Amino acid sequence: MKRTMIILLSNPLSLLGVILVLLVVVLAVFADFIAPFPEHRGSVVDFVYFNKAPTARNIFGSDLVGRDLFTRVIYAYRISLILGVVVLAISMPIGTVVGLLAGYLGGKVEFVLMRLTDVFLSIPPLVLAIAMMGVLEPTLMNAMLAVTAMWWPWYARLVYNIARSECEEGYVLAAEVIGASTFHIVFREILPNCLPAIITKMTLDMGFVIIIVSSLSFLGLGVQPPTPDLGSMVAEGARYLPDSWWLTVFPGLAILIAVFGFNLIGDALREIFGAEQ
Amino acid sequence: MSRVLDIRDLYLRFRGYTGVTDVLHGISLHIDAGERVALVGESGSGKSVTARIVLGILQELRTARIEGSLEFEGQDLNKLTRRQWHALRGTAMSMIFQDPTSSLNPVFTIDTQFAEVLRRRDPDLSNADATSRAAELLESVSIHDHARVLKSYPFQLSGGMNQRVMISMALANRPSLLIADEPGTALDVTVQAQTLKLMHDLVEESRTAVFFISHNLGVVREFADRVYVIYRGRIVEQGPTAAIFENPGHAYTRALMAAVPRITGGGIPEINDVNPAFLDPLVRHDGDAI
Amino acid sequence: MTPILSLRNVSKTFGSGDTVVHAVRNVSFDVVPGECLAVVGESGSGKTTLANIILGVYGQSGGEIWFDGKLLPARRTLEHRSAIQLVQQNPLSSLNPKRSVGASVRLGLDVYGIGNKSDRWSLVEQALQEVGLPPEFRRRPPAALSGGERQRVAIARALACQSRLVVLDEPTSSLDVLVQARVLRLLNGLRRDRGLSYIFITHDLSVVRNVADRVAVFKDGRLVECAPTQAIFEAPQQSYTRQLIAAVPVVSEEELHLRRKLAEGTTR
Repeated sequence: MKRTMIILLSNPLSLLGVILVLLVVVLAVFADFIAPFPEHRGSVVDFVYFNKAPTARNIFGSDLVGRDLFTRVIYAYRISLILGVVVLAISMPIGTVVGLLAGYLGGKVEFVLMRLTDVFLSIPPLVLAIAMMGVLEPTLMNAMLAVTAMWWPWYARLVYNIARSECEEGYVLAAEVIGASTFHIVFREILPNCLPAIITKMTLDMGFVIIIVSSLSFLGLGVQPPTPDLGSMVAEGARYLPDSWWLTVFPGLAILIAVFGFNLIGDALREIFGAEQ
Repeated sequence: MSRVLDIRDLYLRFRGYTGVTDVLHGISLHIDAGERVALVGESGSGKSVTARIVLGILQELRTARIEGSLEFEGQDLNKLTRRQWHALRGTAMSMIFQDPTSSLNPVFTIDTQFAEVLRRRDPDLSNADATSRAAELLESVSIHDHARVLKSYPFQLSGGMNQRVMISMALANRPSLLIADEPGTALDVTVQAQTLKLMHDLVEESRTAVFFISHNLGVVREFADRVYVIYRGRIVEQGPTAAIFENPGHAYTRALMAAVPRITGGGIPEINDVNPAFLDPLVRHDGDAI
Repeated sequence: MTPILSLRNVSKTFGSGDTVVHAVRNVSFDVVPGECLAVVGESGSGKTTLANIILGVYGQSGGEIWFDGKLLPARRTLEHRSAIQLVQQNPLSSLNPKRSVGASVRLGLDVYGIGNKSDRWSLVEQALQEVGLPPEFRRRPPAALSGGERQRVAIARALACQSRLVVLDEPTSSLDVLVQARVLRLLNGLRRDRGLSYIFITHDLSVVRNVADRVAVFKDGRLVECAPTQAIFEAPQQSYTRQLIAAVPVVSEEELHLRRKLAEGTTR
């Protein structure tokens, strides 16, 4: 653990990733203290300062109803991070358990679980989410539900592959010969060996979830106004390009920074864990 | 007697996050044309990295620091560019590995792999010529059903068969030096015996020098003309095989000899595997010119 | 004396239809309590399948296995399992890299309920000491140990389970010569001191000569020859056995002598 931290910090790219992610997290967590106009995250109208280019007062400019864009971006970060964490916190355990059981038990269990996984995997993620949102009310909760539903199969597939190869290892045989319970073998012997890959994937997924939620919001299916969301902001601002460029550019950059940061860390983790094999 | 390989005072260090690790502490060895020379040691002794240094593949590790003189057929290897060194591999010097089945590419058939090897020497070789040459090579290692073997994938053949295929590929371009890293270790004992005999006969005939790396003293005794014993990155004893086996001088060599179980019985002696005497200076047997 | 293990007409077939593999064919032998029986054979001889059957990894297709005079079912109880343990060839693979060495040793204690929960770590430390490792090692991950030390942990794991029959599948084949000597001496000593019985599977006949009381030679799933060690090496009855011994690379003159004698087919 400590070794991982040291390596992460000593490599310039992964250090950049750590800095970017820390920046995003700090902005999101301390939004209430950092945002110059906290009330602008809701429904506020200010026609004095609307649609203004970046100034000292509104460093990212202001949107079409006069709300400070910087404030809204920071609060949007908070929403994105929460969404990411919640989606992963639900889909990862589901997918992991499915993958472990399918990988270790084999036979009919494997067949049923993995074919189910295949079905979900065969539908393009965004299409599935859009379809679900078409049926459900477009609320934040439902958006999270939709994204979670399409996320777990990736973990199932990942963990399944690792579990299958770990089953060939001697320590699994040793545990079976001793007579350890299936629960023990799956969760206390095999799972720890899957964790590095799972953690790496979760880190990379954070960036991905942010993009998917932003895409849904861009299409009007995710977060609803007045809640700020980076995707919605990009959508709204798109038609005012190139005049009110700040409406799209800053939220877009915000997405980029967050995703890039997570990706850098994820790549570094993948190398670290990969080298340990 | 021309000198094929001449290593002098070779040092190898690795720079890591935690500092510098010394792996080789100035080893020297040489191999003349047609000689079979073994480098014997246990794991961690540095024997495998030595082979990789000669081939030039260890140098590609960024953390590796190498010092010392390396001459191959009179050429200073340290002065070669990566490209030139690469050109030597597979042509003038080749290598065979411990596990034959995993050393062959699993997704290509044997004839494709042979063609690749043969084209290192002769890039314009036609497919037909490559196949007939491959068939000849298979014949030389006593594989008679060429057509079937050539069309097979490595996983379809037995370990022993793959080992013979690998040997014939390694000798295909008539190298001056063959490096063998624990050959036969992954094979059954009867197959290993056959393989070693085969290698013996082939190199006799082609006068290829063999640099043989092993931890198995029995195999070394049967195959090598001269032996270097390596312990923790230092050569501790060197000399003709008979001399080393009949009269081991260094504490480490003596420990190794005592520890090998005999088929005539005698039990397992108590051996101290950490003995300061193992770091004693080099014991050299007469008849081993520098 | 009742054999600790008895196999009668044991067979194992895999697959069906066109792809049937007869891994083990009609094998019968006994293991005397306290003895070390070497199981020798090349790849395809069925020795690993046999070991798996004895260990209860899967059941046999035909025949019976008796442990200590009682019939062993294919579905083993925990009591059966604790009596027969395994030491594998590759200690890097047989110890979970993500768990401490002590946790791996402790597993059997937890599964069989040996000792009180609070005592178990000290039992683990005891087992480590019996194989010559410092008790502090229990906290280390397998990667922090050398090959020989890892193998000793694997042995400690079998000891901790209080087993009576240990199946050793090439226990020293991946170890260096000096380390091998140490581990073999340890195994011999433990067997003597604790009255254990060993089924010692190996391809290395020179090891066999120095650890085994009797030798069972297997080829293509069949038991070819089974006799006391000295008899096997000095007067092998089967030509396959003779072939195996003749192929062993040896280091001394007297061994060469023995091999030559056998290769000529001379028997006393």
